[in-house]
Amino acid sequence: MDFGFGIAPSSAINLDRTDLEKFEKVHDMEPDIYKCMACGSCSATCPAGRFTGMSLRKVILDLQRGKEAEAISMLKGCMLCGKCSMVCPRGINTRHLILSICRTYKEE
Amino acid sequence: MIGMIFILTYCVIGLVRIILQLPKDDRRKFFLSLINPVTMMKNIRDIICDCLLHVKIWKRNKLLGYMHSSIAFGWFMLIVIGHIEVFLYVPHRAKFLYYPIFFRYFVAETDTTLKGSLLFFLMDFFLLVVLSGIFLAMIKRIRSRFFGMRRTTNPSFLDLVGLYSLWAIFPLRLLAEGFTADISGGSFLTKSLNHVFTAFLGNHVNMLPTWWAYSLALGVFFCVLPFTRYMHIPTEILLIPLRNAGIRITNARKGLAKAQVYSCPNCGLCIDACPMGVMKTNIKDTTVYLNRQIRRRNENRIEEISDKCLLCGKCTAICPVGVEGDKLRIAQRSIRKYGISPDCSSIDTSGLIEECNFSGPSDGKVLYFAGCMTALTPKISRAMCSVLSSAGIQYEMMDRDGGICCGRPVMMAGRVEQAEEMIRKNTEIIKASGASVLLLSCPICYKIFKEKYRLEGIRVVHHTEYLKELIDSKSIRISRNDLKYVYHDPCELGRGCGIYEEPRKVISEAGELVEAGKHHKESICCGGSLGSLSLGFDKRQPMTENALNNLTAASPDVIVTACPLCLSTFSRYADRPVEDIAEIIDKNMARQA
Repeated sequence: MDFGFGIAPSSAINLDRTDLEKFEKVHDMEPDIYKCMACGSCSATCPAGRFTGMSLRKVILDLQRGKEAEAISMLKGCMLCGKCSMVCPRGINTRHLILSICRTYKEE
Repeated sequence: MIGMIFILTYCVIGLVRIILQLPKDDRRKFFLSLINPVTMMKNIRDIICDCLLHVKIWKRNKLLGYMHSSIAFGWFMLIVIGHIEVFLYVPHRAKFLYYPIFFRYFVAETDTTLKGSLLFFLMDFFLLVVLSGIFLAMIKRIRSRFFGMRRTTNPSFLDLVGLYSLWAIFPLRLLAEGFTADISGGSFLTKSLNHVFTAFLGNHVNMLPTWWAYSLALGVFFCVLPFTRYMHIPTEILLIPLRNAGIRITNARKGLAKAQVYSCPNCGLCIDACPMGVMKTNIKDTTVYLNRQIRRRNENRIEEISDKCLLCGKCTAICPVGVEGDKLRIAQRSIRKYGISPDCSSIDTSGLIEECNFSGPSDGKVLYFAGCMTALTPKISRAMCSVLSSAGIQYEMMDRDGGICCGRPVMMAGRVEQAEEMIRKNTEIIKASGASVLLLSCPICYKIFKEKYRLEGIRVVHHTEYLKELIDSKSIRISRNDLKYVYHDPCELGRGCGIYEEPRKVISEAGELVEAGKHHKESICCGGSLGSLSLGFDKRQPMTENALNNLTAASPDVIVTACPLCLSTFSRYADRPVEDIAEIIDKNMARQA
């Protein structure tokens, strides 16, 4: 959806064009990724978030929507401290999830 | 003969390869340490104590210790006395390596002289010692429980070949020497056996098959040795000087790491020690199996094993040969390839420094870095701040609104470069504070601050140490209560940094201190460790419950720990209050109203 003008680039998400192959691969490595209900506890507790913009909730949502570049730039700032795994109400193994994403997706 | 030549060349090649694989600096350090008389004495002492007498195993378990030292020391003495005999009786043959082994076959000697009979007696005595060791080893294979080992390693096929040939060597030697005892002489064992044999097997031709069987068993053992666990016998002799030279693991597969992997005797002591082994799970993920898979270069399994480990370091603490299971795993993690590489260089420290609003340098000022995990358990930092204020100590917080992670978690995940970047950032902040003491309440932070940070002039202390100093200097006064406390040694503080006594002294000021079932360096990991990358939440629960059962053995009223991560992990499943040591002190402090 591009009207040909605008200051910000279009942020429209087209799920039809999203290739979820890598996302499924991450799911094979860490099945917990499907458990996420995007409550945001991880992002709220993340000490890296205020310095590098890391937010695991956003990373998972972005990957599902095919916005890989945004997710990758956030993941680069993760400090792997493990606080998110302590607060996750769904008991997701967040550090393994983050490392699995880091192995499956590639930087441009 | 063939076995002997094969094993000697193999060992020499292996030795040269490992030394060549060491980084240049380390190699220099190693050779220098070999010349240094102090380390030389230490090397010799350690080799005799560990390789021959197995002092460490003795300390752990008398029966296991006897089994090992009887075989090793007994065999060693058989070889030594065998050589002495050859030198005494046939000096011109001494250059043949095989001669002492088959001495009784080649030479008919007399035991009428005092010297002769003494040597014969010694030979027979040590043969008996070895045989008793072999006998114990057989029992151990069948019922390891007699030796206090609940579980033992599952040997591979070649291990079994090595094992059976080792078992066969000495009984066959006894038979062979028994047959020849009336020709070549013998003592109480072989002579009397010979009397039995002559009763129904008068012919001396019978001795040939036994000598052949004996030499075959020897040959088989030495030929399979490099491919079995018995490779630890020669490798440990190399590992000891390497360790004494202060060399660390730098490469995941080469150098020291390789020496450690080959030094693993597959004894399986780490299986019972591993906190992941509750309910008989994860047995194949212990250090023994890691070493075996590294030898087989089975990359998938190496990855799985090294990622699962909690890095509590207990296997390292109890290993009789000194294989560093935790460091070996971190090294395996560090060679992993990721598509997304971490980058923390964009973090701006000046904003953080401004936020802390440091009052400038002053002598004796304390900088308190609570750490990420303490942010989740704010009662620890609150208690600590309260203690510091009552003691009248000038202090400043470094991460009141969150700071940069210390770098230990990324280090444990094998990302060394990222850790170094975070260390640089934190060092900038600490240097800017002008404090002379850095106080930490998280053992995970404490370990890396102590080992990797270069903070000249700034003392790094954990709050357990600091509380003890405050009590010793009478800055705070504690009133006792009648509660029973048990102290849990956090892995990173105890095994990681060697701090065991300070927290215990502090707690015994506040109440009665009881010990857990397993404590000090054998304390059981809470199961919440950041070391494990792949263990999920539900898998950790039985480990935590097992650790709690161990802690409540003496039925204490309160479980005390000194790590925010242990605190939150235990609080989840504990049936009684779990508190940090700072809270205990804060509660029991006698305040001047």
